[in-house]
Amino acid sequence: MPEPGARGTGEQPLAGALGRRSGSQPVVGVLPDPPLLHLLLPKWLTARARSMQGEKGRGARFAILGVTGFLFWAFIFGVLFRLLTYFRGVQEIGQLLAGKLLGLILLGFTSILLLSNVITALSSFFLAKDLDMLVAGPVDWLKLYGAKLLETVIASSWMVLLVSVPMFSAYGLVYDGGWFFPLLVAGLMLPMFIIPAVVGSAVTLTLVNVFPARRTRDILSVIAVLTAGGIVLLFRLIRPEQLARPEGFRNLVDFIAVLRTPTSPLLPSEWVQKATMGYLNGEPDWLAMYLLWTTAAAAVVLGALLHRWLYLTGFSKAQESAQRFVKSGGALLALGNRLLAPFGTLRRELVLKELRLFFRDTTQWSQLILLAVLVVVYVFNIKYLPLRGEGITFFLVNVVPFLNLVLAGFVLASIAARFIFPGVSLEGRTLWLLRSSPMRVRDLLWAKFWVGTTPLLLLAVSIVGVTDYLLQVSDFMFFVSVISITMLTFALSGLAIGFGTMFPQFETENAAQIPTSFGGLLYMMASVVVIGGVVVLEAVPVYDYLSAKLAGREADPTQMVFWFSMAALLCITATVLPIRIALTRLEAVER
Amino acid sequence: MIELLKLSKQYGDFTAVNAIDLVVPRGELFGFLGPNGAGKTTTLRMIAGILKPTSGTIRVAGVDMTADPITAKSKLGFIPDRPFIYEKLTGAEFLRFVAGLYDQRGDEIEHRARELLALFDLEEWRDELVESYSHGMRQKLIISSAFVHRPEVIVVDEPMVGLDPKAARILKDLFREYTHRGHTIIFSTHTLEVAESLCDRLAIIVNGRIKAYGTMSDLRRDLQGGEKGLEEIFLRLTGENAARNLVDVLDA
Repeated sequence: MPEPGARGTGEQPLAGALGRRSGSQPVVGVLPDPPLLHLLLPKWLTARARSMQGEKGRGARFAILGVTGFLFWAFIFGVLFRLLTYFRGVQEIGQLLAGKLLGLILLGFTSILLLSNVITALSSFFLAKDLDMLVAGPVDWLKLYGAKLLETVIASSWMVLLVSVPMFSAYGLVYDGGWFFPLLVAGLMLPMFIIPAVVGSAVTLTLVNVFPARRTRDILSVIAVLTAGGIVLLFRLIRPEQLARPEGFRNLVDFIAVLRTPTSPLLPSEWVQKATMGYLNGEPDWLAMYLLWTTAAAAVVLGALLHRWLYLTGFSKAQESAQRFVKSGGALLALGNRLLAPFGTLRRELVLKELRLFFRDTTQWSQLILLAVLVVVYVFNIKYLPLRGEGITFFLVNVVPFLNLVLAGFVLASIAARFIFPGVSLEGRTLWLLRSSPMRVRDLLWAKFWVGTTPLLLLAVSIVGVTDYLLQVSDFMFFVSVISITMLTFALSGLAIGFGTMFPQFETENAAQIPTSFGGLLYMMASVVVIGGVVVLEAVPVYDYLSAKLAGREADPTQMVFWFSMAALLCITATVLPIRIALTRLEAVER
Repeated sequence: MIELLKLSKQYGDFTAVNAIDLVVPRGELFGFLGPNGAGKTTTLRMIAGILKPTSGTIRVAGVDMTADPITAKSKLGFIPDRPFIYEKLTGAEFLRFVAGLYDQRGDEIEHRARELLALFDLEEWRDELVESYSHGMRQKLIISSAFVHRPEVIVVDEPMVGLDPKAARILKDLFREYTHRGHTIIFSTHTLEVAESLCDRLAIIVNGRIKAYGTMSDLRRDLQGGEKGLEEIFLRLTGENAARNLVDVLDA
């Protein structure tokens, strides 16, 4: 009878091979304990491999990103530098204003960091693909916590870090911070990044223990968007611009008292503000620094304890899926079926699929809440514009609605970037089905175009209509605005489909990351060019018309027809051309 | 029903499929075998119209895939090896959507979809979102979707992955019955027992070239395999020194 393990598959039995032990076998009694950094090694290697990939057009890509990033930094730095220089020149309250401004910005950062960490922690601690391997491996719980916390901190704080650089540079230069200032800021910002990461991870850990991970993601996206919307509204209601107008207060003492009151004394943002301004004003506040670091250290310890207590239960629960029973049918579907019937079975099914996928994905539609808040804030800002009274000329009253077109265009471009641009990328994993079926790629792209454009058009016409009504513009300007925004909407949708197909992110699972890709950036730049182009082309006939009206004569119709036709041509080109290119690109995609 | 003439596919300098000639007639169940990376999936995805050949011709039911892809695709159904489908559609909605892609709808499709879901024990899940399906259930749903529009040709990449024994048995019976009705199925698999017992004819592809082709008897005769089974024939064609390598690896 052969001994166990002697089942060979070739000429040589394997028993000898299996029985031999090499020197690299672990010593009995000593458990393997991979270090924390080893757990992060795959992430680091992936990032390095990505940066080393010599793909086509990489140089141009980096150049565009670099220039855009530099312009962004320069803009933030420039605005803050001018403002702070002005503050520095104001006796008594200048320093207080600079501190208050920093406090408000840092408070905003804290809110963003907290929200971002809650959402990122869900992915890094519970949904990441490497977790099965790490949890199944001989990895110490504390090291897993440390590695994942570090991952969460980096993933959710890099954007805030990038914005902080020009901001603190402006403070350092205006207030002569010297060489020690950057070190101080680094020492202050590090705990400020750690604390929200620990709190965010703890919130997520608790939520996952109550709900399944997928359901938690749904809940979180709604909470996050509601909170973000709330912050925007609250900020609007506080009307921070009042601080820059001391005449609104009863006397200077009241105003200074408001400035001296801490915005939020128990938040890390306030400590960072105190330590920064204290140092810049020559009165270093080491207590604030001490508070920041001790709080961060205590938070990490408490977070780790909570992790040890709840993580495994939560991780196990995260494997459960959120089963959802969905009723097919209903009045809306029946209506959709009837309305789309003339377009044929294929187009109808494509449109219905787009609608179903959109409204069932909480991470997608919940953004609409934020959007609604932004639109309300936008409309209210227009409503409160001081366009009546002394010093307001006829031109200004008519130019503002024209500029309103530009702002509405930007709002629409951002919406299209969020909802239309990712459309083709999101088909990545199911492209096999569409490509193997007798469906023309054109039908898919047009379905995506119309499903995105129709609501966008309704929104565009509503925004411009309502704001024009509030501004009491002339019939001519109303007509020009509505027609222009309609044409722009088509152009922005066409560009979104085009750029979304030319720069697809087929592998991404998170729709929210797609607009922030390189292609998303290019789309926004192209949108700015088209919006600017339309406004410049229309500015000529509008100026002619207003001048003529002011002078009591008739405007030259030939000129007007020419320039408006040019604007229309630009919009039509921006609609059709990107879709044509997208069509060719998508037909060539092999997946 | 399926004709491949000098079919090649290159990725840069790498030749994944190298001048393959193959004819699968109507009513045949054809097995496509080969080691990992041999070119099976690339070939099947070219037949399904997902990948474009670098050179050569594909004809599905007499229609050239390159010249008239829409007509050619209207005659086939494809089952991929990885079950990626729309997470936010229900099983029933997914089948309806797939039928819609082939311009089919109505009571007949609804009835067929219900029957297919019932066949694979998915009836109770028909109104659940796909995101709550297991890997095997998704695979069953995709298999159902390939049959819902009754294509003349079905192209299948690794059909048995993730299926439970009952579903695997049902699928084998379904394939057999479907080809008996005059339809054609070509599928790739690593499960040699399935290929041996199920297929009318087989091809073994290695490094992008067809090394052996025919019925089991043809393969035995051509390779002087005597009464050897498919596993021995396969190993002979694809590298029989695997066991010695294994010993070296374990000793290392």
